[in-house]
Amino acid sequence: MIYWELFYTFFLIGLFTFGGGYAMIPLIEEQTLARGWATASELQDFIAISEITPGPFAVNISTFIGSQTAGIAGAACATIGVILPSFIIILIVAFILEKFIKNHWVEGALNGIKPIVIALILSTAFFFFVQLVFFGGNSVGSALSFDLKSLTLLLLLAGIYYGYYKTQKKRLNIIALLVLAAILGMLIYSVV
Amino acid sequence: MGREKKKGKLRLCLELFWTFFKIGLMTFGGGAAMIPMIENQVVNKKKWLGMSDILNIVAVAESTPGPIAINTSTYVGYRVSGALGSACATLGCALPSFIIILVISFFYEAFMQFTPVINAFKGLNVAVILLLAIAVISLWQQMPHNSFTLVLFIVGFISYVLLSWFDLTFRFISLVFILAGLVIGVISEAFKVRKEKRA
Repeated sequence: MIYWELFYTFFLIGLFTFGGGYAMIPLIEEQTLARGWATASELQDFIAISEITPGPFAVNISTFIGSQTAGIAGAACATIGVILPSFIIILIVAFILEKFIKNHWVEGALNGIKPIVIALILSTAFFFFVQLVFFGGNSVGSALSFDLKSLTLLLLLAGIYYGYYKTQKKRLNIIALLVLAAILGMLIYSVV
Repeated sequence: MGREKKKGKLRLCLELFWTFFKIGLMTFGGGAAMIPMIENQVVNKKKWLGMSDILNIVAVAESTPGPIAINTSTYVGYRVSGALGSACATLGCALPSFIIILVISFFYEAFMQFTPVINAFKGLNVAVILLLAIAVISLWQQMPHNSFTLVLFIVGFISYVLLSWFDLTFRFISLVFILAGLVIGVISEAFKVRKEKRA
């Protein structure tokens, strides 16, 4: 049943998220694409919308995918699924194991997990990039189609972000970056 | 007397729900972005906990699995009013997101008919690549840097890219990678402990 599938998929995603919202993107991509819940480009839309709207990224993206897949009930199943592991684990930690967190074994495990999570996020970024710029948004291995506009936009945005950081000594707000990307997208892609 | 106490607890839970509803509504990006909001509402306004409690809670939230925002809400709720409190805080934090996204998702397909909207989203898709790169950089800065983490990162990245490129992945491959990182981390800690014992 789709509701059960949404619930346990997002339960697993929540359980294996280490390091906040972005750490779950590789997991979400893998599951939603394999299960046919969204295309890569739709998923990128969902990520952008989840980032622009208020609230925890994890809840936003789970609600979005759940709703697109199976309506309100689907959204509820996905969101409860993603929240539940946190809820249970934190309650256990709070009840008995708070000292356990500062344990050197936990630290050792996290030292192993962190580089892997970063590698997975970088891989996801790499594939999003290759698909968008060289395969017209389709999966790697389909017909080659070079997208100069997207590459230009990416370099432009990266340049603006870096330039802002260098001159203002602080990071450009992510919302501002996304609004800018939407406006530039409207301009660049409407020019034939 | 018992009844009064019960009433007080129920009120506290409602307050927790409402406070975290506001925090959820006003936080963009979740996780770390939530801390100033929590400080403002939970520490300064309600005086439920001190700032050192909050920092301790965030440290736990960051080292346990799950979204940091949800972990933090659950833990703050628990510290203020037990298991019921944590349920209220977590639901409060998630509810604004849930409602807003639900509404947006109903209009998503209708909006995607218009060329300017499609073009705007094309721009957003490009920006998402940059967002992921930025996330990689900031997570990288928080990670301890030594030959162990560096080798794990490089091996993890290359093997994942190769497997995906040649379509050799399966549905839970990321979970397997993360579990492998966990096991390798624990094993390396075991070696470290043995070395220290010998010394």
